[in-house]
Amino acid sequence: MAEIIEKFISTTDQIKTDEYLVNMGPQHPSTHGVLRLLVKLEGEIVHNVEPHVGYIHSGIEKMTESLTYPQIPHLTDRMDYLSAHMNNEAVCLCVENALQVEVPERVKYIRTIFDELQRLASHQLWWCASGMDLGALTAFFYGLRDREDILDIFEETCGARLTLNYTVPGGVMFDIHPNFQRKVKAFITKFKKILPEYDKLLTGNIIFQNRTKGVGVLSKEDAIAFGVTGPTGRASGFSCDVRKHHPYSAYPLVKFEEKLGTDGDSFMRWKLRMDEMWESLHIIEQLIDNIPEGDYALKMKGVIKLPEGEFYQRVETARGELGVYIVSDGKKNPYRVKFRSPGFSNLFTINHIAKNWKIADLVAIMATFDLVIPDIDR
Amino acid sequence: MTNEQLIDHLSKAYPDAVAKQGNQYPEINVPKELLHAFMLNLKSDPNLAFDYLFCQSGVDYPTFIQVVYHLESTKHKHYLVVKANTEDRVTTVLDTVSDIWPTAEFHEDEIFDLLGIKFNNHPHLRRLFLDDTWGFPLRKDFHDDIHVVER
Repeated sequence: MAEIIEKFISTTDQIKTDEYLVNMGPQHPSTHGVLRLLVKLEGEIVHNVEPHVGYIHSGIEKMTESLTYPQIPHLTDRMDYLSAHMNNEAVCLCVENALQVEVPERVKYIRTIFDELQRLASHQLWWCASGMDLGALTAFFYGLRDREDILDIFEETCGARLTLNYTVPGGVMFDIHPNFQRKVKAFITKFKKILPEYDKLLTGNIIFQNRTKGVGVLSKEDAIAFGVTGPTGRASGFSCDVRKHHPYSAYPLVKFEEKLGTDGDSFMRWKLRMDEMWESLHIIEQLIDNIPEGDYALKMKGVIKLPEGEFYQRVETARGELGVYIVSDGKKNPYRVKFRSPGFSNLFTINHIAKNWKIADLVAIMATFDLVIPDIDR
Repeated sequence: MTNEQLIDHLSKAYPDAVAKQGNQYPEINVPKELLHAFMLNLKSDPNLAFDYLFCQSGVDYPTFIQVVYHLESTKHKHYLVVKANTEDRVTTVLDTVSDIWPTAEFHEDEIFDLLGIKFNNHPHLRRLFLDDTWGFPLRKDFHDDIHVVER
């Protein structure tokens, strides 16, 4: 018997299974939306991943060509709905820079605080959802519970919880609510106690570490070549923080650190987002007590017409670098608008880094990539 | 390199290309026959070292169709916008840059899908968002009788 087993073990190297194709999605829960991955497998080993996108393509770029500049921001928060405010701000900054107007200091402060609150809310949702992807359901409830506080702050000031539409070209739509500063400060105090709990719950967990450490490594050179930005790119050591390199709004006034990773594996991407939450809290703390008095918006013309030419604006959303490229022919509608969305470039590295990993590791990689599908499809 | 040095350097090396300072970034208009060799040089020349293609898009102008490449060098921190025009609206073809910057592979798929520009030597040119029954929606002569109601 022992001989037979030994003979069998020595021949297992030659046993081969056929490659087969599996559709992962568009309804797979770990794709966070409607993304279809056509995965070529041999047993459990991933040989090739081909992302198929476009299930919720809504033609935002085409629609903007028939809209006026104040109308365009309202479409953009449907792209990356977790970074709605940053998307709105990107278009508004692009229009303001093209018109060469300077918004009041108060607007810059409010926008930056909203940016960082939005980033926190987005990272909270990412944290809880990717915990769920990796089998830790408890995290999901904790994350959503704490995200609620931020959404309440948003709701009180601008009436919306998800698609904010708070920023308009020239300023913000209305002034902040009288309770805003008090509530944000209360949230910071509370969240500083909660954030170490997040680490206790998942980061130190041995099962979680085994599933993420060393999995799906993306080198710095590849991150640059594939255009991977945001926390995903920074985990590989690619210094790509737009807030640092091309500061906008009130970012030149605040001190913060651009966190950079070295390993580029799933655990590093995880850790980097956790560190970024601390930095966001730190930025809000510097601004919240110093919001200057003044107007909350400039008086803009009824019909905004951009001068002829091309304008590009880069903004750091929760997922990476968002670019807005406006080609204007001097009319009230843009001639062409292109949104360079961070998710689009990030997603398409997946074939490169998921090769030769198990299919369960593909889920871990996707979880730490923080994909939002409307951001990719637009 | 500063923007002026960059424009100076490139217009000396490529007399056929038209370089000028744009609103934000230096811009250069490259003949489409030169495009691939020009891009390869931008990446491999250690003084230029444009390693990060942060945006690639297409624009349909009245007389030509243009592909716009926004480039950054993470080493030298300088920027360049490269433009390549093609007049042919029926067989619109340009050379791919996906062998230079892998991120271009899927940006080119998107441009093919929405603007109908084919890319030579592209590994798998396919429609990314729409199915084959659609035309090319970002072209200005695109007309959709079913989904668009003209008032």
